[in-house]
Amino acid sequence: MQKTVYSMCFMCSIRCPIKVTVKDGQVTFIEGNPKVAGIDGSLCPRGSAGISLLYDSQRLQSPLIRTGERGSGQWRKASWDEALDYIADKLKPIIKKNGGQSVALTERTNLSTHVSKTFLKAIGSPNHFTHDALCKGSVNTACRSLFGYTDAQMGIDYKNTKHIVMYGRNLFEAIAVKEVNSLMDAMAAGAKVTYIDPRVSITATKAHRYWMIRPGTDLALNYALTHVILKERLYDAAYVEKWVLGLNELQDFVQSYTPEWAEKETGIPAAEIVALAREMSKDKPSVIFHFGYRGAHHANEIYLRRSILILNALMGSIEAKGGIFFKKGPGEVGAKPARKLTEQKFAAIKAPRADKVGTKDFPLPDPDHGVPQMLPHAILNEDPYPVKALFVYRFEPLMSIPDSNLTKKALEKLDLIVTVDINYSDIAWYSDVILPESIYLERTDCVQQANGQKPQMFLRRQAVPPRYDTRDWAVIAKQIGERIGIGEFFPYKDSEELVRWQLEGTGFTLEDFDKSGFVAYTDKQILWDRMDGLKFKTPSKKIELKSSLLENAGFPSFPPYEAVPGYTDNRFRLITGRNALHTHVSTQNNAYLSELAPENVLWINSKRAATLGIKSGGLVTVASKNGSGQIKAFVTDFIHPDSVFMLHGFGHEAKLATRSYNKGVSDAMLEENITDKVGGSPALHDTVVTVQAA
Amino acid sequence: MSQYYLFQDTKNCIGCHSCEVVCKSNKALPVGPKPCQVIHVAPKMVNGLPRASYVFMPCFHCENPWCVAACPTGAMRKRPQDGIVYVEQSLCVGCKTCVTACPWGAPQWNPETGKVVKCDYCKDRVDAGLKPACATICTTHCLHFGQVEDMTQIRRERHAKVIASLENQIG
Repeated sequence: MQKTVYSMCFMCSIRCPIKVTVKDGQVTFIEGNPKVAGIDGSLCPRGSAGISLLYDSQRLQSPLIRTGERGSGQWRKASWDEALDYIADKLKPIIKKNGGQSVALTERTNLSTHVSKTFLKAIGSPNHFTHDALCKGSVNTACRSLFGYTDAQMGIDYKNTKHIVMYGRNLFEAIAVKEVNSLMDAMAAGAKVTYIDPRVSITATKAHRYWMIRPGTDLALNYALTHVILKERLYDAAYVEKWVLGLNELQDFVQSYTPEWAEKETGIPAAEIVALAREMSKDKPSVIFHFGYRGAHHANEIYLRRSILILNALMGSIEAKGGIFFKKGPGEVGAKPARKLTEQKFAAIKAPRADKVGTKDFPLPDPDHGVPQMLPHAILNEDPYPVKALFVYRFEPLMSIPDSNLTKKALEKLDLIVTVDINYSDIAWYSDVILPESIYLERTDCVQQANGQKPQMFLRRQAVPPRYDTRDWAVIAKQIGERIGIGEFFPYKDSEELVRWQLEGTGFTLEDFDKSGFVAYTDKQILWDRMDGLKFKTPSKKIELKSSLLENAGFPSFPPYEAVPGYTDNRFRLITGRNALHTHVSTQNNAYLSELAPENVLWINSKRAATLGIKSGGLVTVASKNGSGQIKAFVTDFIHPDSVFMLHGFGHEAKLATRSYNKGVSDAMLEENITDKVGGSPALHDTVVTVQAA
Repeated sequence: MSQYYLFQDTKNCIGCHSCEVVCKSNKALPVGPKPCQVIHVAPKMVNGLPRASYVFMPCFHCENPWCVAACPTGAMRKRPQDGIVYVEQSLCVGCKTCVTACPWGAPQWNPETGKVVKCDYCKDRVDAGLKPACATICTTHCLHFGQVEDMTQIRRERHAKVIASLENQIG
């Protein structure tokens, strides 16, 4: 018996469409969905390791209740009823004593995020946190300050671009399949790629121009590019005249930021900066200054991201073919999106968010996502109030929030930690109860509203029944809800019934997804008219270089540049990143992926390494204010002397994940918990480390 | 040489290793053997730009395979109809003679079975009218599987486009 199931991958958060072949109840092959343009069968290495995850005996296989100290790894196997009753019995008195706001839930944004939000709203807690702020909170705020849209509402038209500039957006290594192939197609048609990074990544080896920028100085480069563009009138005058607010203020501001000044700060020759500005202008508006995927590097991150977006505005590339576009939803064609459980009526929540987002202390980050790196502070200081219970769904506070030791201290203050995961993550290891979720091949998930140039919906479908005693989060949340008196907010018996409820009113049924895994609201691409039809959501309905969002909150639109120090002796700026083989912190224990990338190494510049007596392959001690670890050195000319680099997501502590346990060093352990107080991102590249031969 | 050829279009390869992973997954192999492998040859500066190579190595399915000639049990075979070189698992005794014989390291050791495993162009898939696993899922479609003569066409057509400077044509 053989069947084909069209579904969506979940080896990372991209949600690539997949085609799954099932023979006699076993998944035998996974490929990219050949019916989706831009995918055409392709699958990245993490996606290709999906079967290895499915049959991994080190996955979580049943609910577990902790029997020893937190983090001791002593568990007893429990039935679902027992585990869920245990959670409810702990949770009820916590809520009774401290109020609903004492319960927080953190997750990586996913298709059932509306279920998680419903769970908290029904309890009466504002404390829903997504991973987003840790990755790109300041990108979100920067986009809202300029356009009134979040970054998630904006897309990039790689395929039709003529020139793309990427600031460490390591597109050919931190892979999203469709993006990779769209850019490849553009390059085959003659598009240029300029790549800027203190380190030679794989993307650098494919670029037409590569600049090894001094780490932390991208903002200086952008101020100089803006200077040249305004001075030489290289911008799209008609577009700017029509849509941009604050050009004069910007002009005054960048006056002193000459390319010669930027050369001293960045190490990039002034003439090359001028050349790039002119080249981009020649190809405008089909150009892209990539605003970033991760945007969590510096304490002034929002201003770096704004400077990138402003360059696009000057080139008129926003809503241009081959530029940046606003994603169109079903409303554009008079249709309805899938329903969400959050549309139900809940009692109003009076308590502010525990991270103070939305209050005058922290006004601008997106309250829809929160700022997770503030959570340890809130828990430890009980400020603004005690948080006593934490639910963690497919998220890793210990390896994603900078300063793991601080996070651990905060965890100690909690009365209840529940983790829903598929693997022994480090946070699972520190939890009181672990609830195992079925993996993506074993469950149907909520509808993906795929907004873009053509609004569509995609569906993740169960390909095989769960291999172990696992359940779907939508069902788990409902079953906890029923035990604490909020069951009525979960009007379904299983995920499939929830999807049917979601699809009501959209004009589509579950069966419509059978044939190819997705449905399209329209066949036509929707692009607004660049000169007459742009629908910015700022108060002025324009692109606000001079931002009312920022200035009304007491922040400047154009803060002066602050010089970045150099690093000498054994001191370096720590930078982190990804490769194609691992997804953040979640795949390091996969048998096939760990075989290819078992641990991280520390990239260090050859000259600096020679001075310190460090050799490739030798062990070094890397230390910050927060902690230290031993890691193998990778000595190379292809990293800027000021920085050392390590892959994110290694140094796991959960012992039962034997392939990833104690392999490499955790960047989050070293990183300081510093926040961009305007935009909301953590400053993951603002930690200084010392390196010495071990 | 088999009638087939697996062409790696290096211009589009990003060294992601998805081919290696899906190959192992499709053959349900343990940690260790890699019937195909991409090796990164570290970057160096070429005309002022960092350039690296991501070299894809499956089995070349030779016309006169050293491994077939060396195999004492007849396990290593070449399919008469299309030249695919493969291991008949029931006959392999794990003597490793083929590992010694192959100049390119194509035969791989499977520690779970104590036998050799190698790239067979996923002959079951090929027989079913499909492409090998690696060429099916390659992230950038840089792996092309087909008849040898068709594969050379990709480079010729690209080269023709490069040299045909239509903008500068006079005559």
